[in-house]
Amino acid sequence: MKRIVLLASAALLSLAAALPAQAQSPSTLRIGLQEDPDMLDPHKARTFVGRIVFMGLCDRLVDIDPELKITPRLATQWSFSGDGLTLTMKLRTDAKFHDGETFNAEAAKANIERAMTLPDSLRKSELASVESVSAPDPATLVFKLKRPDATLLAQLTDRAGMMLSPKSLGPDITAKPICSGPYQFVERVQNDRIVLDKFKGHWEADKYQFDRIVYRAIPDTTVRLANLRAGELDMLERLAPTDVKSAKADKSLKIESTANLGYQGITINTGHGEAANQPMGKDKRVRQALSLAIDRKVLSQVVFEGLYEPMIQPFNPGNQYLSAAFPVPARDVAKAKALLKEAGVAKVSVDLFVTNNPVDAQLGQVIQAMAQEVGIDVQIRSTEFASQLRDQQQGKFQMSRIGWSGRIDPDGNIHQFVTSKGNQNDGKYSNTEVDKLLDEARTIYDVAERKKRYDAAQKILQDELPIVYLYNQTVFFALRSNLQGFVINPDGMIRLSGLKRS
Amino acid sequence: MLALIGRRLLIAIPTLFLVSLFVFALQRALPGDPFLVIAGEERDPEVIARLRQIYRMDDPIVVQFFAWLGQVIQGDFGRSLRTGEPVLGLIVQKLGVTFQLAVASMLIAVGIGIPAGIIAARRKDTVADYSASAVALFGLSVPHFWLGIMLILLVSVELRWLPASGFESIFSDPRAAIERLIMPAFVLGGGLAASLMRHTRSAMLEVLQSDYVRTARAKGLAEDAVINRHALRNALVPIITLSTILFGELLAGAVLTEQVFTIPGFGKLIVDAVFNRDYGVVQGVVLCTAIGFIIMNLLADVLYILVNPRLRDS
Repeated sequence: MKRIVLLASAALLSLAAALPAQAQSPSTLRIGLQEDPDMLDPHKARTFVGRIVFMGLCDRLVDIDPELKITPRLATQWSFSGDGLTLTMKLRTDAKFHDGETFNAEAAKANIERAMTLPDSLRKSELASVESVSAPDPATLVFKLKRPDATLLAQLTDRAGMMLSPKSLGPDITAKPICSGPYQFVERVQNDRIVLDKFKGHWEADKYQFDRIVYRAIPDTTVRLANLRAGELDMLERLAPTDVKSAKADKSLKIESTANLGYQGITINTGHGEAANQPMGKDKRVRQALSLAIDRKVLSQVVFEGLYEPMIQPFNPGNQYLSAAFPVPARDVAKAKALLKEAGVAKVSVDLFVTNNPVDAQLGQVIQAMAQEVGIDVQIRSTEFASQLRDQQQGKFQMSRIGWSGRIDPDGNIHQFVTSKGNQNDGKYSNTEVDKLLDEARTIYDVAERKKRYDAAQKILQDELPIVYLYNQTVFFALRSNLQGFVINPDGMIRLSGLKRS
Repeated sequence: MLALIGRRLLIAIPTLFLVSLFVFALQRALPGDPFLVIAGEERDPEVIARLRQIYRMDDPIVVQFFAWLGQVIQGDFGRSLRTGEPVLGLIVQKLGVTFQLAVASMLIAVGIGIPAGIIAARRKDTVADYSASAVALFGLSVPHFWLGIMLILLVSVELRWLPASGFESIFSDPRAAIERLIMPAFVLGGGLAASLMRHTRSAMLEVLQSDYVRTARAKGLAEDAVINRHALRNALVPIITLSTILFGELLAGAVLTEQVFTIPGFGKLIVDAVFNRDYGVVQGVVLCTAIGFIIMNLLADVLYILVNPRLRDS
């Protein structure tokens, strides 16, 4: 019996020792993702991580550069009519779908119409301003709009502007998407990997060096980094701030970072049912006191190693719509206390909803400690995300810690959160002046004119504080040092063009 | 024997019905709305309403339950709310993955646990016994998650001996499959080996003190023959039951190990499904787990009878 044990362990050990780490073919790029994407149909997909995969798989009509300027992809030129109600696009004539079909204006029309009409399409609100699309010739696509829409081009840089082969549109499309991107779908093992192969018929094929892309979903940040360090991955997205230091110390790796497009903050229930009926919901001075009680620098220091930038606006650092009129305020306990006194409440007790992950819990505790000092007693309620979302939407919250992944166009970061009828205005904040300004801003194509509206709206919002913004979430990517040509972009996407191994 | 199997299968039907009813009701009682999660960041109320309609969520729950049951009986488990893939296909795919992991873990568990238990029992109160018990205690108390991460850091990151994570099918690429299975199977099987070792040890000790073992020794049989032919056979009866139950648990409970080594198996499937409120997947997985347990229990009984002839007539 003893011999068997010995033999078994010896066999295991020798097996372990005899097998070297598996060699990979040199032209495969392996990317570690934080989650497994959802549906691989751009019209039904909703996750951030899914967008990363679509970058390789599906071409869009237009793209953005790191400065958030709209750049050509399948559309080479575009212009709005004088009244702002017609958008005309010139399309490439050399693009093909993965099934060999030619991309043309008819195909683009079919895609936009599918995005607008499919019962479970998630793109409807993004294309809500579109009245109809037409294809007068194979290289021209015309959008007729119900109202001028300054956000439309930005929507077409993302899933609403992605093109599926019209012939492939059937129930199986989510499992086997056929697009026109630089890489084509090979296989998907749910919760594990998505494999794409280079599409040789792509109009820009020479810019893509890798023959194969393997996206692997590895949710645990420590394990994801360990895989990169072990050489199992070439790069990973969303490196945790707590891992940045150790990753930087590793000579075989390099770190890239940029400001994320979204915001992170606390949504306050100011008008949604019973829960709004307390000092924090009713009195803006109490909300101002809370905002002044929070030292955003210290918050970032304690929870995110000081790597996230303190913010009080919904736009990312460097964004052209960011207003100089609202710098991040210093913490001011005396002023906060005075505001509470003015509001006639020396002591306030309020609930704060957080997601039940360690980072959010810590964040809640830091806010709790800081608020305590000015006389705001914060009770932390923590549940998993699905429950938090539901309670928040039903108005069963006083304050909720929530983040937004961000949109290229400023409208996507502000309109739906604070306008009276906004889909995401869970605290039911309502101010007719804000509604008017933000509605107007949507329809103005001129940047300077548009910014005036956002500044005016922000002036009111900074005073009334339906959302207390906290910080901008810096995006960190970790790459093996021999990977060249990665262009980082505030949308957090991985563009495969120009990537190569040295 | 056939009667026993038949009887068990008959009992299985109401059991499965109750299990599915229970899971269905419990899931709907969970807070959180899957469609809020599915509708994406924008959460357009129109989209949510339409999704609820597509998935019949506005029907009374009893209607929903029987509609689902009717589909299941016809072999249609529906589609995943999250990815749109057929649930049955997902389950079959993941079951294959976890089965592979479970078999590997079981090989390690049985290969180490049972011999170690026998040795410990035969050399009761010696250094061998104490060290086996100490190792077992360690194996039982070390959390899988921690051990897994430590192994990855040591074996993959530092030593570069084995890949850190992932999965390969044993049929498509045996070498890569084994490389990727060694660490998770060791983590998962190690804990089981410890519990098997302890059970084997106490079962053997009990048997070794029984009358027939004394008789066998008195007959002048060689010690190996006494152990292998007489004691072991009887001691194995409870061990077999334990092993089959452990195997069932392995299939259902490899969650943490699958998470650490990012193995796309059954455990990971259900964790993700619960978090996303992916109703169809959770229901399908639970039903399959219940069926699995019923089969494992039945298998345990059959093995029982095969090993211990005295039970054959009853």
